[in-house]
Amino acid sequence: MSYFVDSLRQLVGLKPVKPAPEQIPIPIQLIYKEKRKTPLTREALEAVEAGHARSPSRHKWRNRRWITLIVVNLLFVVSYVLDVQLVEGALTASRVIGFHLADLNSALQVTLAYKHIVINLLIGTLTVLVLWILLGGRTFCSWVCPYHLVAEWAESLHLWLAKRGWAIDIQFHRTVRAVFYVIFALLALLTGYTVFETISPTGILSRALIYGPGLALLWILALLAFEVLLSRRAWCRYVCPIGITYGLVGVISPLRVQYNMQSCHHEGDCRKICMVPHVLDVTIRGRATGLTTDIGADCTRCGLCVDVCPTSSLSFKFKGLEKAL
Amino acid sequence: MKEKPTTQPKTKQKPKRKTKKLREQGRREFLRSTALLVGMVGASLVGLIPLVGQANARLRPPGALKDRLDEQEFLSACIKCGQCVQVCPVEAIKLADINDGVGIGVPYIEARDQACDFSCDGLQCVLACPTGALTHDIDYPAETRMGFARLARPGRCLAVRGQPFKGAARGEDHPALLRFESVDRWNPIPLAEHPFDLPLCDLCVRLCPIEIRIAQCEAGTPPSGDPNQCPPLHAIRMQPMPNGRGTIPVIEDGCVGCGVCEMVCPAEPTAIVVDIHRSADFQ
Repeated sequence: MSYFVDSLRQLVGLKPVKPAPEQIPIPIQLIYKEKRKTPLTREALEAVEAGHARSPSRHKWRNRRWITLIVVNLLFVVSYVLDVQLVEGALTASRVIGFHLADLNSALQVTLAYKHIVINLLIGTLTVLVLWILLGGRTFCSWVCPYHLVAEWAESLHLWLAKRGWAIDIQFHRTVRAVFYVIFALLALLTGYTVFETISPTGILSRALIYGPGLALLWILALLAFEVLLSRRAWCRYVCPIGITYGLVGVISPLRVQYNMQSCHHEGDCRKICMVPHVLDVTIRGRATGLTTDIGADCTRCGLCVDVCPTSSLSFKFKGLEKAL
Repeated sequence: MKEKPTTQPKTKQKPKRKTKKLREQGRREFLRSTALLVGMVGASLVGLIPLVGQANARLRPPGALKDRLDEQEFLSACIKCGQCVQVCPVEAIKLADINDGVGIGVPYIEARDQACDFSCDGLQCVLACPTGALTHDIDYPAETRMGFARLARPGRCLAVRGQPFKGAARGEDHPALLRFESVDRWNPIPLAEHPFDLPLCDLCVRLCPIEIRIAQCEAGTPPSGDPNQCPPLHAIRMQPMPNGRGTIPVIEDGCVGCGVCEMVCPAEPTAIVVDIHRSADFQ
């Protein structure tokens, strides 16, 4: 039950709860105690990290994800250019071999603005809902959304510049994203127009890829410039309502990243690389209340932490699959 | 003994200063976040500006929902996916850019460049629309209400001036496509590849998709063999000028505003245009 509550707290931007010492079960406390007894020296940690950095699989999930993201988006482009009618439309709504699919957030915005339930849209939305329940909700963000990929590259640039003092990271209160969510929903409902779509980089980029570039790309450039120079991953972290929509789906998804506290060195490499580091607060020493903890629904299942973890304490899990097998 | 009074206020003051600093940090974070909120919501609201004075009013594809010619319903129902663009055989449909504000990603037709000639017969764009923004209530070209043709520049009209027309309607290198059933029933061909030699220009009547359908029905060969395709009313006809020299195109109630007349008009600028603020139902 607490997984749901914790996930919802993350999605609305509340601070993670720090468990009181008495909330941590004795066996877990013993593991922490054992770790304190044999603290890892800096040299030992660096050796572990260096060993991991040489591992051939250190970009395994990132590479899989980038290929998936590019292939999915190219399918739309190729299908239209070659007129093979495999995937018609754009990410906002499409037809895959004739089956309707609709982006959950776009469908929500249209329904709020138009105030009618459209059957085809409902079918497409439910199909996509089932798909993302199985695949992890915000998995959409990191594995499909084209803006995520360019923002990820911009993030590398931001980090490079920030290290040299040429860029800063202005941080905002994460609750602001939930406020955006409510405001954009209300704007659609009250004005009768899908106001959010005007500035949605996901829709803009998807259409630009398929139907050709336009002025709207200037908005994308402005967003990226803001992220590179002033605030790391600002759009995805603090603004995008699509992330919350899929995050809510992720709350009931069995596909999660799982944290194992026993092997963890608590050095925090995962939190440094994560776009939504608050979901990894459980990896801080003294936070875990169980041997394994499922990472909350705000996690985009991008796998960067799985890749970076030198002790394989983070891994992808499909809940119930082991039992079924 | 001496130290006690000095340490006590120190330990008391320390957390106090800390909370003050924290509170200041919190206040700044709140202000920053509010600024982000105002900035982004403001940017999205800029999208409503083109609605003022209907700066983003455009010729829309067949079946575009229209609330008494106010586009509000159409813009809100459209999910901006472009499936209509992909199915159009003459590639008449384009998607609007960000300068259309909330109309971004919404389909439109630039009739002078490439009009909808209904060469798909079955209104493919309507069938492709996942949200019914292009309403599924219509099945045939004659039922659409995109706009209404208007002879905007009679002085430019070759027919009014009593002039003939010879050659390609829009010149040799205009990319516009049009279906000529006599050439190829299934594939539209470039307008440039179908030259005319007319003693008196009547291209707007001759190439009107509604008039062509009426002629087919009168000949007993309705499009696709389907009598439902037969338009109930004429869209455009030529009427002799009082001076007896030329003729003037007269728009009738069967006009759906597809824009083919505007596309094929050889005059530059075009003599006939589609008025998007009118339709056969409300003039």
